[in-house]
Amino acid sequence: MGTDFLILMKQEWMVIAIIFILMFIKIGSNEWKNERILNLVNILLLINFILGLFWNQEGTLFNEMYKTNPLIVAEKNILSLGTYIIALQAYSWLKNHQHVLEFYILLLSTLVGMFFMISAGNLLMFYLGLELSSIPLAAIANFDLEKRKSSEAAFKFIISSAFSSGLLLFGISLIYGLTGTLTFTELSQHLNGNPLEIFAFVLFIAGFGFKISAVPFHLWTADVYEGAPVSVTSYLSVISKGAVLFVFVSILYTVFKPIAITWYNILFILSVLTMIIGNLFAIRQQNLKRFLAFSSIAQVGFILVGISGASREGSASVVYFVLIYVFSNLGAFGVVGLVSALSGKENIDDYKSFYKNNPLLSWVLAISLFSLAGIPPTAGFFGKFFLLISGAGQGNYLLITIAALNMIVSLYYYLKVIKAIFMDPNDNPIEKLAIPASPKLALFICVAGIVLTGLMSYVYEYIYSLATSF
Amino acid sequence: MKYFFLQATLSRSLPFGEAGGALTHILFLSTTLFFIGMYGLFTRRNMITILMAVELILNSVNINFVAFNKYLYPGKLDGIFFSIFVITIAAAEAAVAIAIIINLYRSHHSIDVEDASELKY
Repeated sequence: MGTDFLILMKQEWMVIAIIFILMFIKIGSNEWKNERILNLVNILLLINFILGLFWNQEGTLFNEMYKTNPLIVAEKNILSLGTYIIALQAYSWLKNHQHVLEFYILLLSTLVGMFFMISAGNLLMFYLGLELSSIPLAAIANFDLEKRKSSEAAFKFIISSAFSSGLLLFGISLIYGLTGTLTFTELSQHLNGNPLEIFAFVLFIAGFGFKISAVPFHLWTADVYEGAPVSVTSYLSVISKGAVLFVFVSILYTVFKPIAITWYNILFILSVLTMIIGNLFAIRQQNLKRFLAFSSIAQVGFILVGISGASREGSASVVYFVLIYVFSNLGAFGVVGLVSALSGKENIDDYKSFYKNNPLLSWVLAISLFSLAGIPPTAGFFGKFFLLISGAGQGNYLLITIAALNMIVSLYYYLKVIKAIFMDPNDNPIEKLAIPASPKLALFICVAGIVLTGLMSYVYEYIYSLATSF
Repeated sequence: MKYFFLQATLSRSLPFGEAGGALTHILFLSTTLFFIGMYGLFTRRNMITILMAVELILNSVNINFVAFNKYLYPGKLDGIFFSIFVITIAAAEAAVAIAIIINLYRSHHSIDVEDASELKY
């Protein structure tokens, strides 16, 4: 027993160690230059990601409060990789910022929260992880203190996240009243589908809907994404959303298994609404960050189709899609963030003739958008393909047809941006931007991920071999 | 009269067995508090008041947990521990929210939500 908790919680301990190193630097010396701190953080996060791949064990701790298995380890590694890419991309934004260390301390605290949330085997642990992953995020959404939009976005974020966790908690309290336990393994034996349970479950799913921004609960998303700094936006849209999706799948597939028919119907309605409204609103956006916000809402709709499959393929395809989504969305956000940090421009109109002076960035943005749209050679196609296959396993072809039609609609607005970059004439396009080394590395990782993840079939096979069966 | 009818229906239909009678009153209180909080969240225009409405929602959850623990599962302390954690986290949440509101006041010179409406559609 003695050293069990050191080995099983290895990934959490490593992130906590990084937080402490940064704190010591913060207390110890003010002499460090920003470049040096940023490079140090990037190296530490790379070490964290690489060490996360090895020496992982399976087991439970603290009376089933904490559990870990190969699938959870893989999910945590995806999140670590995404955080590393974001840290590389944040370089050009944070280089001249006064409070670099605070940013990373808050960011990594949320990562620890997500790790605990994914590993939770108990509703209390899950709730604590969820809050640890959302409260510091509100603080860093306001990280550009003097910007009006930034503080407005942070306010909207903290209120909607507090409200959503209130809904979630009310659901949890009713479930506790009905079953008398908070442990996941015991909960699934007690649920039988009486009306109060359904009510609790609806509150539960409303809380989750806020976190993953499914449609009736998506209203905060676009505002927060536009107002927050780009690095925080990409963290919110990829890492935070991905972590909640992982937990969502595992809770639906294990705890709420007895009421699978109910949640299938709820997911059916939610995913149709999410896809349609996300797509329609994305069409009319002018600001690229807002555009990517609505596109990420539409992507969640497709993910919900995959989850509704309720099978081993469902679990595997969601993890696989989130891996691809990390690469493609971070590629797009990387370019947008770089352009916003270096030239201050964020509108689609500003990107006209972007190709003329910045061919490299244009190609990265185009490949990422193709992957988000799901065009075959890129990984995005395979991700969406597996999601739809998993959804089709339920035999509801209406849902699959709607999803397929929505993919065509989404092509329209992704291609609109690509048309602006490559074809539209512009008298004074954005001048040539000098890309620092670390964002360049991040973009390279993203493009490599987009191209290779789809073609190397054993990535999916590996994830499938880990996935929980339903 | 109406209330007693409601209470009778509730205690018959809720699956809580023997303890249903006393528990129903408390559940009635906590559910009311929950919806008052929700109403306040959607109608209030002052940011601090909105925050207080969220606290009402969290407190209704605490009442639920403590009541369920006392009447239905007195042998274990899961519910009481959960409510302690909820109180702690609500405090942390309020601290961050008030810090954000203070910062917003510096730039907007107001804590009315109508004045913070640059981000739309």
